[in-house]
Amino acid sequence: MPAQSADRPMPAPFSEYEIDAAYDEMFRSRGRPRPQYRNLYSHLLNLPSEELHRSKREADLSFFNQGITFTVYGRAEGTEQIFPHDLLPRIVTSSEWAVIERGLTQRITALNLFLADVYHEGRILKDRIIPGEIIYTCKHFRRQMHGVKVPRGVYVSVVGTDLIRLPDGRFVVLEDNLRVPSGVSYMLTSRKVMKQIFPTLFRKCGVRPIEQYSQALLSTLRSLAPEGRSTIVLLTPGIYNSAYFEHAFLARQMGIELVEGRDLVVHDNTVYMRTTSGLQRVDVIYRRVDDDFVDPLAFRADSSLGVAGLFNAYRAGNVVLANALGTGVADDKAIYSYVPKIIRYYLGEDPIVENVETLLMTERAQRQQVCDNMEKYVVKAVGESGGYGMLIGPHSSREQQAEFREKILADPRNYIAQPTLTLSTAPCFMNGRIEPRHVDLRPYVLYGEKITMVPGGLTRVALRKGSLVVNSSQGGGSKDTWVLQN
Amino acid sequence: MLSRVADSLYWMSRYFERADHCARVLEANYNLMLNPSKLSTEERWQRIMTSLGIPASADGIDPQIAMNELTSDPENESSIVSCIAESRENAGQVREQISSEMWERLNRLYHHVTGANSKPETDSDPLRLLAAVREGSYQFHGVTDATMNHGEGWQFIQLGKYMERCCALPVLLDAYFSAAGDADDLDWVGLLASCAAFESYCKVYTADLKPDSMAEFLVLNPEFPYSVRYGVERISAAIAAISETSFTHATSRIERIAGRLRSSLAYVQIGEIMTGGLHRYLNSVIEQCNSLHAAVHVVYIDYPIPSALGA
Repeated sequence: MPAQSADRPMPAPFSEYEIDAAYDEMFRSRGRPRPQYRNLYSHLLNLPSEELHRSKREADLSFFNQGITFTVYGRAEGTEQIFPHDLLPRIVTSSEWAVIERGLTQRITALNLFLADVYHEGRILKDRIIPGEIIYTCKHFRRQMHGVKVPRGVYVSVVGTDLIRLPDGRFVVLEDNLRVPSGVSYMLTSRKVMKQIFPTLFRKCGVRPIEQYSQALLSTLRSLAPEGRSTIVLLTPGIYNSAYFEHAFLARQMGIELVEGRDLVVHDNTVYMRTTSGLQRVDVIYRRVDDDFVDPLAFRADSSLGVAGLFNAYRAGNVVLANALGTGVADDKAIYSYVPKIIRYYLGEDPIVENVETLLMTERAQRQQVCDNMEKYVVKAVGESGGYGMLIGPHSSREQQAEFREKILADPRNYIAQPTLTLSTAPCFMNGRIEPRHVDLRPYVLYGEKITMVPGGLTRVALRKGSLVVNSSQGGGSKDTWVLQN
Repeated sequence: MLSRVADSLYWMSRYFERADHCARVLEANYNLMLNPSKLSTEERWQRIMTSLGIPASADGIDPQIAMNELTSDPENESSIVSCIAESRENAGQVREQISSEMWERLNRLYHHVTGANSKPETDSDPLRLLAAVREGSYQFHGVTDATMNHGEGWQFIQLGKYMERCCALPVLLDAYFSAAGDADDLDWVGLLASCAAFESYCKVYTADLKPDSMAEFLVLNPEFPYSVRYGVERISAAIAAISETSFTHATSRIERIAGRLRSSLAYVQIGEIMTGGLHRYLNSVIEQCNSLHAAVHVVYIDYPIPSALGA
């Protein structure tokens, strides 16, 4: 291999492939693929061009037939759409994965200790590592959870952490999703489709399997059940929820009942589901309903999705909820900026995977800095997710900037800002050519008796050229993520 | 199985059967209306309404409007369109419990009947819609039997289908036999066609249309799918299968009602029924079906919590 040299020409399917300041997942420079991509690269060069089109059609049809869809809110009656999928895999080396795995394990361990502390003694507040008001003003803080014991001390059993890759190649955490993270069904179904399309490539590359996710999730939930009891159900808000496909998919994969709030009754602080064989006791609820809606008696009274009395049964220790209630306090975007301190405080370690620099709007100097330079920052509402309630400075108009400036000044606790980050790019099959698009990575972490991660995750793609927004509700798609054996 | 799921499957099936029944009755009569008869058009429409269990309206009946109301009027809850929409709504609630082929058929039929303009343009438009419903119904039933596990869920679908049939058939029969004196052969052909029974009847009794024979065939024949007895046999079979798969022990009341209804059809002769009054007999079938429906509901679907806990 020649030492550092100039760019090489890009061959046919890549002729329009431009590499800019962003870290490119596939190419070190023009014409020079990274080692983990060499198999894919030569496969693509040798493929007749019609073949990629055909594969793309096959893949799309397969998604369509499986009914893999999501719902976009805000349009007429929540339109159902096929989840856009890109044909080319995103490849992660085993050493990169090892860092991610250690980093996320460390992070989840610390965040879990943080939650236990916040809802019990509050040592971290007394030690003034985190100001108390930032906890108590968090909209996802649940005072009802104070003093509630959760099995094994595990608050977060299912996590989907959003990682991005900076231009220097480091993975950093953009967001922790500790409430009801979704998307794992896309990871699993996309793998199934990819195996049909690229069987030889799979064999050549040595891709680590992810199919065991459902079993791992089931054992995680089982490990939280009381001794000798193991009726587990998945609680869904119902067919109109944007992730209903995933709920039905996971319930089927795990072989557990998919229940709605109206299927459950609480009697004498015990939860039962109504079956044709009578009432059956429920021990663990993998709930995909937000905190606010789980119990109209304890939280939002207008909720029709939940179960009256569920919280009391939970507090009495008669049923397990996964994730626990109130975990949102640890993925609040303002509290996010304290996570490195949280890791040091509880584990005495430096963070293995770092945070993105985050400016708190409650701090006068930082707020001033952002308000004066709106075009340089991404401003986010702390309690929102899914790409809603956010301003991307460089791509915003003066009016939008002014609007967000006002919002920040009116309610500083509700906003944070981050410098505009350049997400890494990966090759995508677009308009008959292979072009770079920005991507992130959401691996899933399971926490029960032990911490488990399946090697992979959901790589989300900003399908529009140059766009940095990967959320499915905002025109994002996904691609399969291959973690290599070695 | 979750009670909600069983309930949705049951109603998906009942509403579907209701649409199917309505389509068959309308199709049979629409054809016959083209022939002259001693009954006026309005009287004949009146009988259609009665035979579908729709209360007679004080105002006169406009055939065009009546046809519209019964087929494609979404405002009318007993129209074919409304019943198919209800059926689909229930199926949508339990989409992962039924096979994707079933969903696809039902969905396709729904889009067909709702897409068909609610204001028919030509005389033959309603007929096309009715034919489509009948076709769609045969396909749906075929696909249901061929692609779904014949487990508890399937049994609830059977229960819904035959329960609806056993409630609708007596109403239809009553409408014809209570005015049997005025009826001519054409009317009786209409009755048989409403039950898709003309050919099957002729195979047993020849084309000799005697009221007693027709009553015997449509009430007591054990082999014809649109007879009351056949339906009740299917109901009993579904109930027995459901009670076997579920672990509820409170089924004795259901089995008692079903058993009594079944023997009242199996060990009776048409002569006895006619002597005692067909109207009374049919009414008692409907009543027993209703109490069976209520008993199933209270045992499997909406049982009181304390009793279920043995408190």
